[in-house]
Order: sequence, then structure tokens, then C-alpha cells
Amino acid sequence: MIPPEPFELPDDVGKIHAAPADRPTFLVFVKEDCATCNLVLPMVQVLHQATGETVDVTVVSQVGSDIPILRDRHDLTMLILDDSELDVSYDAALETVPSAFLFDETGECVAQTYGFLKSEWMELISAAEQLGGTDAIPLDWDNLPALKPGCGAKNVEPGILERLEARRSGKIQGHLIEIPTGVDVHEFLFELGVTDGLPVVPPTPELVWSMLQGTQRDSQEIVANVATSRAACTVEKAAVNAVMAGARPEFLPVILAGLEAVTVEDFNLHGIVCTLGAQAPVYVVNGPIRNVIGMNGGINVLGQGNRANAAIGRSLQLIVRNVGGGKPGDEDRAAFGGPHKYTCCFPENEEASPWPPLHVERGFDADQSTVTVFPLEAPRAILDQYSTAAEQLANNIAWSLTSVTNSRMFNYGELLLALSPQHAGVIANSGWSKDDLRSYLVEATKKPLSTLLADRQCGEGMDKHRYPMIDRVVGEPPDDPDQLVSKLSSKEMLNIVVTGGDASPFSMLFGGWGFFVPLPAGNRSVTVEVVT
Amino acid sequence: MQIVDPTAELDVAVRTLAPRSGELRGTVGLLDINKPRGNVFIDHLERLIHDRIPSLEVRRYSKPFFTRVAPPDLRKQILEECQFVIEAMAD
Repeated sequence: MIPPEPFELPDDVGKIHAAPADRPTFLVFVKEDCATCNLVLPMVQVLHQATGETVDVTVVSQVGSDIPILRDRHDLTMLILDDSELDVSYDAALETVPSAFLFDETGECVAQTYGFLKSEWMELISAAEQLGGTDAIPLDWDNLPALKPGCGAKNVEPGILERLEARRSGKIQGHLIEIPTGVDVHEFLFELGVTDGLPVVPPTPELVWSMLQGTQRDSQEIVANVATSRAACTVEKAAVNAVMAGARPEFLPVILAGLEAVTVEDFNLHGIVCTLGAQAPVYVVNGPIRNVIGMNGGINVLGQGNRANAAIGRSLQLIVRNVGGGKPGDEDRAAFGGPHKYTCCFPENEEASPWPPLHVERGFDADQSTVTVFPLEAPRAILDQYSTAAEQLANNIAWSLTSVTNSRMFNYGELLLALSPQHAGVIANSGWSKDDLRSYLVEATKKPLSTLLADRQCGEGMDKHRYPMIDRVVGEPPDDPDQLVSKLSSKEMLNIVVTGGDASPFSMLFGGWGFFVPLPAGNRSVTVEVVT
Repeated sequence: MQIVDPTAELDVAVRTLAPRSGELRGTVGLLDINKPRGNVFIDHLERLIHDRIPSLEVRRYSKPFFTRVAPPDLRKQILEECQFVIEAMAD
């Protein structure tokens, strides 16, 4: 608590009074339902009667409707002010009632106390007597306890604290939208066009303030400019959408890292938002943060049921759409899209992996937490219950790999293979690393170019004339019909993580965004550290 | 109830159409975004323009790649060199 700065408040009939006065002032903040406040108020009344000519004794009630109750209960005759808005209590950073302050005639606070510690109240009353030039006030100190704790001040009660902080802290600077009384708030939000088709949590100022407690970053810090509008997204805007998505404050650092990653120019968010294809940002989380915030990297990792997985991905989707733009039919021209456009965020199951996790492969320390974002299609399953050697399982993976996007689109760009712990064990038990698997798949998916060209059987193919930009952007395309072309333009294009339930004969393969195109024209996955 | 606006709170830009000269004279830019067979469509457009509107000069442009927005320099070049532009998009 800090001595309140000069303020003005109404009394119980609405007349405005300034405090502290131009003479010594004794202020005490109270609540009617606080037993300790009721303990001290008779004493304060006696003080007022003894020093009222020379000391302004003023009670400040944190609840306006308490005033007549207190007057009647304790026969109070001093001025009682109404701080129902709790602005003065907030500015004084009160935590407890009663809180008492004694100001001299210059307005300097010369004594203060909270709760009831008899020795401190004796000093406070004595100081008031001296300032007021009165004799010792006859108070029955012997019948008062040595100590009685106060009660929580109204301004720090749950629910009220958040409302006050949202209004007074300056962290919330976004435009406030008033929802008329009687209007269904969820229907309002649907009509506002800010949902993903499912109900969202109404982002009230107090919920947004609570969400902002999840980060130490300033609420007005610009995290990124978001395609397609390139509008600036502040920490506050990210928090608003995180509230809507159902996130908890401790998810916010991961959401902010995901936002930083997806807006890196190399990722090409603009292209992903506008594509005709089925790609969407897919977020993989690594490091200790996964377990701190309760993410699920085990059974049903890609499915529903885990709040962190679901809300982080959904937050990022809402931020991109609401801040950057990209409503279906406007900038978003995807023919199908995919269910992963609602949310797709999951952790790597590092504990079940026989290899270094994704972020360590990318140069981070194991104890750092990261978010990696990929532009991917929805996943398809690869079932293998019987392969016991790495080569056998790898051949099965290769067959699925060749058909990603279409079976004649080779020289492919980035994809993601999510191996189950069971399949990772089959690969590792043969002594293979992730890189061994990648190298094998480059070779195993090679086919003669002649088999990858358009013909009567299928109009798709890697015909040179169909892609006039290839030689300018990608380099000289293959044109020797006997030349072997791999599905993977390079082994680095195959990203591998281990995730999912322990007992799983399924792994999941996420297609990417077509054939390899080098930067700056193309796109790349991006990894960003989570800063808590 | 009050909610905090989740959008970028951008003012909608009010744009007016560029003035029309009323006649097809000058240079038309044909911008190929480089999707497959976009060049076939643009080639056909160019032939039609040569045949039907010989007063128009044609200049060809293309984006580096279809997944990225047209670079500012390209847009500036088209603006400086042409009075009209046709963009061929999608597949």
C-alpha cells in the first residue's frame, strides 16, 4: 500500500469532497463485511468526536451501499466517501482493509497501518492527537486484541482485480466493442466475422489482461507484421485472439514464438494463406515448455482433447485471419483447405525418441524450447505392423512418399514425417539415424524421368514446358528420359519428428507445398525459440 | 459486455478507379504470374490484341514465382511503362 495521492470522491449523497484536506487528515479504507473494519470504526468515531475541530477524520468505503449500514451500525457521524469505482484504492495499491493513513497539514503522510496491530493503532491515534492538539483520547485499549488480521481489500478480489487492471494498467489499448444488452455475445462474435466457424471465448478486457500475465513482454510491443494485410500484431492483439481460442496465459509465450516463426519472410505466409492448395501452417513444439504447459505428445497427439495443443494452434490461426486477413473466398482461395486449418500444433515426443529432437538438429540446445512451423498438407497414415528391419519399414514409407501431392511431382520441397515411437524404434534398432533414413528414402524413391511425364494415362507430369519458370527459378530441369529423379530434391527436405502413442504401428506423413523452389522465391520451415 | 477488438483495426482504404481515357491507345502490360500454362493464355491474349487492337503496344512481364506477391520494383516498372495491365492468374 502507498499513501494515496490527493483525490476527489463523492459522499453518500453525491457531493464531491477532496482529500486529504488542507489540515491534518485521518483516512481509513473499510468494507462493511470485514470484522476488523468493524472493530476499528468505533475507535475512529471517538477520534472524530475528540479531534473533529482540528483533524479531518474520513472513512472511505469500498462499497457505496455499505455507507448507510456502517453509519447505522456504529453511529458514525464523520464524512464517509464512496470509492465504489475503486480507483483510489487501486492507486493506493491497497491489499488489506482496514488501511489507515494520517496526513499532516501539508499533505505529507506521517503514519499508516493496515489490519489491526494494537501497538501501531496506538501510535497512529497518538500522532493524530498531537496533530490535532488534543489530550489523550480515552479508548478502551485493554479490551482490544493485540492483533487482528484485516480482510482482503475489494480492489484485489478475484474478478475485480482483473477488471481494474484491464481498465487502469494501460496494457489494454485496443478498441473496445460494446455488445448491446440482450444480444447473444456468441452470435455477435459470429456476425462480427472473427471466428473460425466455432464459438470463441469473448475477449473481455479482464480476460485479455489475465492472458497478458503469461508474458513479460510489453503489451504494445509489435511482434510481427502479418500477411496478407501486413498489419502490425502487438502482444495485446495476440493475447486477444489467444483468449478467443481458449488458451491459458502460460501458452502465450509459445503462441508468440509461433507468430514470430510464421511471419518470417522465408516461410511465405502470404502464399500459404492465398494458395489454391491444401496447405496450412503446422506447428511443432520442442523443449521443456511442452511439459510445463501440459501439451500432449502421446496418444491422439494429432487429435482432439488436449487444451494446449488445440488452443495454441487455434490462437495462431485466429491471429493470422483476424489481424493479417485471409477469409475463405477473399484472399483464401483454397479449393479444399483441410481440418488442420482450424488448428494443428503438437509437441515432439522427445522422451520416446531414440534420436536428437528436431530443435537440436537445428542447432538449439536440448533445454531450449522452440516452435517450428511448416507449410503442410493434412497428414496421411502409413501402417506397418510387420516390418522389423529399418529397410523394410523405409520401403513402406517410400511408397507413401512417392504419392505425396501427386505421384509424378518429384524433386519435392519440404515435408514432415511424424514417426511413431514404435516405428522410430524399428529404424533405430537397425542402427540407423534420422539421416540414414533420409538418405535411404532419397534413393528408394528414384524413378526414371520417362515415368514421370504426362501421357495418355495421366495428364500430370514433370514436362519441362509446363513449368516455364523452372529453369529460371529451380535450375535446369532434368530432360534425359533415363535420368533417375528422386521424390526428394535433397535429403534435407524430409523433416522427421517422433511423436504419438508408444504402441503404434502407424506413422504420419504430411505433404508439403509442391516441388522444391529455392529462396527467395520458395518457402522454408522456420524455428524460433520460446521466450518466457 | 465489452470485448477487445481482435482485428488489426485497419481503416478500410477507399480507392477510386483510375481515370479512363476512353480510348485504347498506348501500352498494355501482360503480367504472367507464372502458374503452369499461364504463358499459353498470355500468348493467346497477345495475339488477340495484335489482331484486334493494333494501336496497342504490348509488353510482357512475369513475377519471379507464383507463390510470392509481385515485387514492388516490378509493379513500379509496369506503372511507369504501361497505361493498361492484364494479369493472368491461377492454373
